[in-house]
Amino acid sequence: MNEYNFAYLDEQTKRMIRRAILKGLAVPGYQVPFASREMPMPYGWGTGGVQVSAATLTPEDTFKVIDQGADDTTNAVSIRKFFENTAGVETTEETEKATVIQTRHRIPEAKLREDQIIVYQVPIPEPLRFLEPRETETRKMHSLEEYGLMHVKLYEDISQHGAISTAYAYPVKVLDRYVMDPSPIPKFDNPKLEMDAIQLFGAGREQRIYAVPPHTKVVSLDFEDYPFEATKADHPCDLCGAEDSYLDEVIMDDAGNRMFVCSDTDYCRSRREAGHVGRLVEENTA
Amino acid sequence: MTPLLQVKGIEKRYGARIGCADVSFDLFPGEVMGIVGESGSGKSTLLNCMAGHLEPDAGQVIFDTRADGPVDTVTMSEPVRRMLGRTDWAFVHQHARDGLRMSVSAGGNIGERLMAVGDRHYGDIRDRAIDWLGRVEIEESRVDDRPSAFSGGMQQRLQIARNLVTGPRLVFMDEPTGGLDVSVQARLLDLLRGLVREMGLSAIIVTHDLAVVRLLADRLMVMKSGHVVEAGLTDQVLDDPQHAYTQLLVSSVLQV
Repeated sequence: MNEYNFAYLDEQTKRMIRRAILKGLAVPGYQVPFASREMPMPYGWGTGGVQVSAATLTPEDTFKVIDQGADDTTNAVSIRKFFENTAGVETTEETEKATVIQTRHRIPEAKLREDQIIVYQVPIPEPLRFLEPRETETRKMHSLEEYGLMHVKLYEDISQHGAISTAYAYPVKVLDRYVMDPSPIPKFDNPKLEMDAIQLFGAGREQRIYAVPPHTKVVSLDFEDYPFEATKADHPCDLCGAEDSYLDEVIMDDAGNRMFVCSDTDYCRSRREAGHVGRLVEENTA
Repeated sequence: MTPLLQVKGIEKRYGARIGCADVSFDLFPGEVMGIVGESGSGKSTLLNCMAGHLEPDAGQVIFDTRADGPVDTVTMSEPVRRMLGRTDWAFVHQHARDGLRMSVSAGGNIGERLMAVGDRHYGDIRDRAIDWLGRVEIEESRVDDRPSAFSGGMQQRLQIARNLVTGPRLVFMDEPTGGLDVSVQARLLDLLRGLVREMGLSAIIVTHDLAVVRLLADRLMVMKSGHVVEAGLTDQVLDDPQHAYTQLLVSSVLQV
């Protein structure tokens, strides 16, 4: 192979994206505009994340892609193949072995290390967008640190549902300054945003890149009398028995049977290999 | 006594056209000033210049801040001015839709200003929102309804509650009763008059309705073509108009 430049994008484009990434890292949580390129996949499939990954990858990297925690769904498979073809980098499904992880909607259960980079795919980078449709106004609100409106959304949640019902894309404040949309990760993952790895966020259609450097303070917004809670389904995993991981609910039939299973497939697999068993596995072997 | 607001030589031009020119007055604490004039006479331009929505081409708007005393709001930095706009100032728009968030419940609308100044206790915010709904005569049960489900008069009252919840000292009103039918207007005026007296508010009311200023305003300014043509005590100006335009204005009011 090598009809493609390394990692598909040309070197000038990658430099441009790297400059945006560096600026994002220097101003944590600030949305840096960049000249997003047309990628050979539709918007909403992770064009922002793919461009950030392309600018971040080196030939020595090991690459992992997850979609909703899973390594084997369409989005994850196609992006992994894309970089196998265009960059020829090593790919893996194991979180431990990866140096660059591109993710959609989840943070892996395994604790990430300082030598790893996690790249998020972001559909709408502006946390204030659904409350204030004018971009000129939201930019001004960010620059003047006027974030009262963000709490109006949480207020509405409580007044309608009795609790903060925002379950994903839960707004956070980075380093006591910028309010940031952590991409649509479940709020269960919010406490993990203070991590050892570098976190990069790419929004292709909206042409924004932002970042959270390692060991940066990230606080989920809340009220004094309704504090933030990282919630998950109150079950153990039916395959590996894990009680600390984020679960997907799977409907089994039309008789009300369902199973809960780790959304992080790599975590679930490694636990089963280590001999842990969940409810369904026990029933089938019994 | 220090005036709450001193306006000195405000001028705003739109290209070669004059929006308003050479307007100066003092507003003292607890005083209500009415500005009347025909459409296009520059009253809204003047109001927007004073409230910081428009940048005047010349002149000063000196506000007596709680912390630092009299400060020129035209030259102060934008964050400080916007903070003032959320705390000590209030702005009531003619159309409630401009001043409300239509997709947010009544309680959220009132609570927004509280949250914007750092209130982070849901229970307190809600209690104060309900208290203010009561003060503007909206039932407590409507606290979680959206303004789109409210009548025009209720929307206007909600807008007033949303503005007054942070206890401002100066309220700018742009035709607060425009577009409402007369009985709703009367009720709203009654409410406004009560609130202004009770809270000791200063207010600047822009309107073309002379009945509104007769009822609410202590003093009156009459504008024509961007200039103030007559100013004085409300009753004095309305009962004994001196300028030809004021005479025309007063005599144009329809009698029932």
